[in-house]
Amino acid sequence: MGGMMADDGSVLLAIGTKKGLWLAQSRDRQRWSLSQPLFLMHEVPSIGIDTRGGRTRIMVGARSEHWGPTVFHSDDLGRTWTEPENGAIRFPEDTGSALERVWQIQPDTAGRPGVVWAGCEPISVWKSVDGGEHFELNRGLWDHPHHDQWGAGYGGAAVHSVLPAPDGEDTVHVAMSTGGVYRSTDGGASWQARNAGISAYFMPDPNPEFGQCVHKIARDPEEPATLYAQNHHGVYRSDDNADSWQSIAEGLPSDFGFVMLTHPRRSGTAWVVPIKADGERIPPEGRLAVHRTDDGGSNWRRLDSGLPAQDFNVVLRDAAAVDTAEPAGVYFGTRGGDVYASADEGDNFMTVAEHLPDVLCVRAAVVSG
Amino acid sequence: MGDVLVRLPGVLEPAAGNQHTIAVDCPAGATVGQLLDVLARDYPVLGRRIRDETGAIRRFVNLYLDGEDVRRLAGTDTAVGPGQQVDIIQSVAGG
Repeated sequence: MGGMMADDGSVLLAIGTKKGLWLAQSRDRQRWSLSQPLFLMHEVPSIGIDTRGGRTRIMVGARSEHWGPTVFHSDDLGRTWTEPENGAIRFPEDTGSALERVWQIQPDTAGRPGVVWAGCEPISVWKSVDGGEHFELNRGLWDHPHHDQWGAGYGGAAVHSVLPAPDGEDTVHVAMSTGGVYRSTDGGASWQARNAGISAYFMPDPNPEFGQCVHKIARDPEEPATLYAQNHHGVYRSDDNADSWQSIAEGLPSDFGFVMLTHPRRSGTAWVVPIKADGERIPPEGRLAVHRTDDGGSNWRRLDSGLPAQDFNVVLRDAAAVDTAEPAGVYFGTRGGDVYASADEGDNFMTVAEHLPDVLCVRAAVVSG
Repeated sequence: MGDVLVRLPGVLEPAAGNQHTIAVDCPAGATVGQLLDVLARDYPVLGRRIRDETGAIRRFVNLYLDGEDVRRLAGTDTAVGPGQQVDIIQSVAGG
């Protein structure tokens, strides 16, 4: 089953790894062509594919261990790449800070053409109004009174999730490690911590206002006040715009993990990839599986058709994505460098790539050509 | 006034118009930081590869002034003048 796509359409799957970017493409989501590595010896922890306005722009946050981080973009499906001369993301001089890594590149809605958000290390949110060529630091979050108390998770101190407001609304959510979920109801001018109900068991007060190590958040496509969170132990849903969070971990083999995906169109569907525990970071029993709920987290279904019988590798927070085809495609990659695709919402997976470097980020989109 | 010769590693040559060496017109009494400012003005991408936006030389980039690591001298405050040579070399990093 290849699913429904425009006649001349295909799915572009961008795979960011610790040592470069690979692009895979398929017209039927069964047979995939895989590119040679791009940006070899750059880690690629963030990718955004912007298909708004009939144009496909791929943006990648690349980082060389030697030469630092930068953002490239391509408007021809990866054949040529452009980098703004003075850099897309530069900390203003008065901050005394330097960009370490771009963790998230998130195009806004169709109603805000040209707007692209970025989440970065050190902990910061950025907004571009020119399609991702130049970003401006969000001062509301940078100057937040909590700023000096945010910490670093193992991977670094960063904003890793940005959920733009739905069209016609002004409520933006971000998540950082460590710090947790912050919400703005004025389009990003001011921010409030919104972590009630999310555990921070590693802190003296396990229920602080902020300081949680939320690993990933995702928004429901039909009910924008409903959000899902994969926490550092804990899987949660909020039905009140993140004012409060309730556990939906029952039925999962573990409440640890990094990934949280929601469906492109259907309310109540989400995917996670459970990891055994903070202290034992492998798939439970060494058996890699995706779990999907179709009822907002009341019930979870294990999905492992097409996945290896044994795999001890973790799937990182941005190393999973959905496309917008019908039925939705689900994609993920492991730290072992294997990349899997499902054309049927996770019911069956196939291997797209094997033995790449550690997969840090995957993004998929239906594109022309 | 006179030239300081800056030699680049091959991987940075595309950021400098595919040049391996750049002759930078540099007054006596200039510093390595000022030399890098001139390079960054003429070749902004090259400038960003060598230093971050605070002006600090990136951790795994080494600059040698006539064979001496500038970190062992006065860093970006090290004096540099006509006739001297700066080698920009990436250090051992990554896995």
